[in-house]
Amino acid sequence: MLSNYLPVLIFVIIAFIAGTVMVSLGYFLGPRRDDDAKLSAYECGFESFEDARMKFDVRYYLVAILFIIFDLEIAFLFPWAIVLDKIGLFGFAAMAVFLGILVIGFIYEWKKGALEWE
Amino acid sequence: MQNIYLGIILAPLMGALIAGLFGRKIGRSGAHWITIIGVATAFLLSLIVLRHHVLSGAAPYNGSIYTWMIVEGIRLEVGFLVDNLTAIMMATVTFVSLMVHIYTIGYMHDDDGYQRFFSYIALFTFAMLMLVMSNNFLQLFFGWEAVGLVSYLLIGFWYKRESAIFANMKAFLVNRVGDFGFLLGIAAVLMAFNSLDYADVFAAAPLMASMTVQIIPGADWSLMTVTCILLFIGAMGKSAQVPLHVWLPDSMEGPTPISALIHAATMVTAGIFMVARMSPLFELSPTALSVVLVIGSITALFMGFLGIVQNDIKRVIAYSTLSQLGYMTVALGVSAYSAAIFHLMTHAFFKALLFLGAGSVIIAMHHEQDIRKMGGLWKYMPITWVTFLLGTLALIGTPGFAGFYSKDSIIEAVHASQIPGAGFAYFAVMLGVFVTSLYSFRLYFLVFHGKERMDHHTQEHLHETPAVVTVPLILLAIPSVVIGAMTIEPLLFGEVFKGVIMVTPEHNVLEHLAEHFHGAMNFALHGLTGLPFILVLAGFGSAWYLYMARPDVPERIRQLAAPVYDILDNKYYFDQFYQRFFARGSCETGTVLWKYVDAGLIDGLLVNGTARWVGWVAAVTRHLQSGYLYHYAFAMIIGLLILLTWFVTR
Amino acid sequence: MNFVAPDFMPVVPELFVLTMACLLLVIDVFLEQRQRYITYGVAQLTLLGAALLTLVTYAHAPVTTMFGHYIKDAMGDLLKIFIYLSSAAVFLYSRDYLRRRDLFKGEYYVLGLFGVLGMMIMVSAHSLLSVYLGLELLSLSLYALVAMDRDSPVASEAAMKYFVLGSLASGMLLYGISMIYGATGSVDLQVVSDAVARQGADNLVLVFGLVFLVVGLSFKLGAVPFHMWLPDVYQGAPTSVTLYIGSAPKLAAFALMMRVLVDGLGTLQGDWQQMLIILSVLSIALGNLVAIVQTNIKRMLAYSTISHVGFLLLGILAGSPEGYAAAMFYAIVYVLMAVGAFGMVIMLGRTGFEVENIDDFKGLNDRSPWLAFLMLVIMMSMAGVPFMAGFYAKWMVLQAVVNIGLVWLALFGVVFSVIGAFYYLRVVKCLYFDKPEQSEPIHISLDTEIAISANGLLLVALGLYPTALMTWCATALLN
Repeated sequence: MLSNYLPVLIFVIIAFIAGTVMVSLGYFLGPRRDDDAKLSAYECGFESFEDARMKFDVRYYLVAILFIIFDLEIAFLFPWAIVLDKIGLFGFAAMAVFLGILVIGFIYEWKKGALEWE
Repeated sequence: MQNIYLGIILAPLMGALIAGLFGRKIGRSGAHWITIIGVATAFLLSLIVLRHHVLSGAAPYNGSIYTWMIVEGIRLEVGFLVDNLTAIMMATVTFVSLMVHIYTIGYMHDDDGYQRFFSYIALFTFAMLMLVMSNNFLQLFFGWEAVGLVSYLLIGFWYKRESAIFANMKAFLVNRVGDFGFLLGIAAVLMAFNSLDYADVFAAAPLMASMTVQIIPGADWSLMTVTCILLFIGAMGKSAQVPLHVWLPDSMEGPTPISALIHAATMVTAGIFMVARMSPLFELSPTALSVVLVIGSITALFMGFLGIVQNDIKRVIAYSTLSQLGYMTVALGVSAYSAAIFHLMTHAFFKALLFLGAGSVIIAMHHEQDIRKMGGLWKYMPITWVTFLLGTLALIGTPGFAGFYSKDSIIEAVHASQIPGAGFAYFAVMLGVFVTSLYSFRLYFLVFHGKERMDHHTQEHLHETPAVVTVPLILLAIPSVVIGAMTIEPLLFGEVFKGVIMVTPEHNVLEHLAEHFHGAMNFALHGLTGLPFILVLAGFGSAWYLYMARPDVPERIRQLAAPVYDILDNKYYFDQFYQRFFARGSCETGTVLWKYVDAGLIDGLLVNGTARWVGWVAAVTRHLQSGYLYHYAFAMIIGLLILLTWFVTR
Repeated sequence: MNFVAPDFMPVVPELFVLTMACLLLVIDVFLEQRQRYITYGVAQLTLLGAALLTLVTYAHAPVTTMFGHYIKDAMGDLLKIFIYLSSAAVFLYSRDYLRRRDLFKGEYYVLGLFGVLGMMIMVSAHSLLSVYLGLELLSLSLYALVAMDRDSPVASEAAMKYFVLGSLASGMLLYGISMIYGATGSVDLQVVSDAVARQGADNLVLVFGLVFLVVGLSFKLGAVPFHMWLPDVYQGAPTSVTLYIGSAPKLAAFALMMRVLVDGLGTLQGDWQQMLIILSVLSIALGNLVAIVQTNIKRMLAYSTISHVGFLLLGILAGSPEGYAAAMFYAIVYVLMAVGAFGMVIMLGRTGFEVENIDDFKGLNDRSPWLAFLMLVIMMSMAGVPFMAGFYAKWMVLQAVVNIGLVWLALFGVVFSVIGAFYYLRVVKCLYFDKPEQSEPIHISLDTEIAISANGLLLVALGLYPTALMTWCATALLN
């Protein structure tokens, strides 16, 4: 059974070797003459004015989380759509219930104002 | 009927709880009303039970009302066994208790602890009823300890008096000795029968008769004998038999109503009741019966002697109680259980009467208890005088009075008995009759007749006590006179105790008596010519001569027989002996234990050590509980790893 | 392959709670703040309805449905009834608290109901999948509940810890589940049980999986050394949420142990018995010892919970029917005691003052004798004083342990429950022998007072008549 994974293993090894070889070739063969301008962070020709790890507005997270829920819904819907003719009415009803529950969540978040930016 | 039984138990308990918990709210009269109503309810219901069982001859009731738990097949439960024996005890207890409740209104009138007192005596009634109505050993033990607890609380009721505290400590310690034996006895029953239920134990008892145990290796002892003697040790503590009698005279430090209710009429007879209840066990062990008999006769005779030299009115009666308890024990020893119960009942009435009468005198004398400072009271307090005289006549066994029937039956039963020790017992109870008569009339003459020796102030204020005091006296006087003649035939020779008390044919002395019994009247007439009555007369005569005709003689006798007097005055040196060997011995052992074992080992290592150790562990673990998330996660992972390595590499 | 609709009758209570919770979520957002009591009422009605449905359909013989993922049996139904009961008490006790702390929001009840649903799935789980599903539904609700008071930094910290550690535990549980699946080829507990019985207990993969499962479950119960979250969360969370976490979820966790260890991995009893011995010894010792030095009442109760969990495990590890019945009895009695104790903590607060320390109980007897008496009953029961429910519970588990020959373990339990009695009695001392530090009268609404009185008296009644519930537990476990 494990032999099925042999190509994967070979692929992993080749990828590892290729990556290592390319980086190390550049490191060993390329000339390195550093100066201040070359070492500074590049920001469209200006000095950088703040830390790159800045705080995001918390609302980004909210939207992102809400997005993920409905995104995953699609991931569930695709396989369901493919086998729909095999799982019959019960399969249809099950998905209807699932979507119904999601709609309830949607109503809740809408009414709570989670979708408003301001 | 079950509801009636429950009502009997619960009515006094409710009274006690209300008076105890809400005493301040309901006030003094509220407290006595609520408890009296409770006890009166119990008394009336007991009368119904008495009629139902004794008069109508209903079958005994045996049932459990509440099972607490079942452990390894042993049921721990509360249940009632109500048969004729129980019914008689219930009626007696509730009647005397009711009388004492009413009487207390007068006696404790000025006391601060009024509500507390009522709460206690109602609680006592509850506990005593639990004890007599029990159908298993566990509940018996509960009632046994509960009455002991209330007795302890009441002896020390006036807790500011040093002597009262000493007396209740003494009662507590001595009773512990008895209770220890009792507990061992119950344990023996449990071990042998694997049940605590009376019915199971009694049914299985005959099969166990020949069982032996080895307590000391190599010596085979009969299981029944060991069990019965252990149980009897419990009875000796509670019913104050020699040598565990020393607490009872001191218990007179408690208020007089308590002396009447607990230390004369009811609680101290619990031991007698218990042995009678256990008759199916005791009958299987003649050795145990002999022990009972000998202990009883020693108590009956020698405690009577002490009554002669006492000068405290209550203590004289207390020693008389001891002596009468001895009589009951003697009756148990010769297998005349019904005679013991009969005497228990008559004694409850007349001894409660005597105590309450003494209390009445004490009220009138402004709490003076020394009989040398009394005399001639009959003019001032006629009701107390007459009722006290009736009680005295009943106590000494004047033919026709209640005490005569019960005491004479016991004497006859001892006479008929064949078991080892019966000869000595017969001598003791015979001589006891004379002694009883002597100290009773000494008391009576010194208190009610002769020269008025009290101080002038007291004499001026002498008058009869109020109705709440005298009515109970009158109500108690009636049964003290008539109850014996009324009940001797059914109780001793009838069917009342058939199936309740078990007597093997070869021990059945009462059957022997029955052959010569031709009615109560006849029994009394016959008594007039018997030896006991002659001894009673002799006692009366001596008392009259010594304390009425020639009051100077006792002093001379005392000087002549100084050694004997000293022995009696020091109560055979029991107290000194116990003080020296047990009390001081245990004090000294205690000191050693305290200094080295307790302070060093237990305090130092165990208690403080534990505390220090606990503190240390707690501090360390508290440290582990650092509040840092990664510490917590780390702890979980470490825990997982340890479990994993343990089980995977195992 | 064609799907056939499974039998929905056994899951009607779950469906009902789910529907009502969803409905409540929608209703609540359309309500004004002053109409919030409607949410409260609907939540209570939901619990009542679920209780009625469970009682009507009470299982006399086990039925599995949902393709073997769900089982309806008497044990599950009995535990569910007590879950509804204690949750209803929790909702009632915390109502006034939430109001005065401005936390009276619909989310508390919605999340509460989803938690109840999670517990119902847990007690009725018949496959490792539904075990995990129920557990996560409950846990997620709890994380959110703990964080509900967003303005409190303590509560946020507690929620964060709880969430991270809970995820870690869930991960371990999942890992264990995957191991079991790998060794047996199924998640259905019946199939797992058969497979394990076939291959015997020597399979290393099985033991590996078992360790992870036990660790995951112990985290939920709060057994040492997986207890670290418990004191911090109990103390940090709003008391109404502590009340919730401390009560019904313990019943569900008990059921989970029974389902997974006894029903699923019964053949491995020799292994998990030893693990549980270690966990319970540590829990009893640490819980009782550390509780002694606590001054914060919620923290003290948290450590007392840990020790109770140790006793609960004693019953399970006995591995006999009487042991399981004793553990079940213990779990139910513990929940009643915990609801009562935290209920008292919550009730004695008022606007601007919350009970935090044991000292806040000082002199309660002078302020309200009845409440002091109830607290006395609860503390005595927790300490295991005879004639209280807690005594009988302890007694039964210890007896079960003695009967399998582990006398030392029983002695250990007795010694530590004596040590443990100390800190309960300290509360009693505060109640009766100390002077009150505050004199403000205590205001408690009538329905709450009736409920807490019933709660306290129930503990006395169960102490006096333990056999009824005990028999119920034993028969529920039999079928």
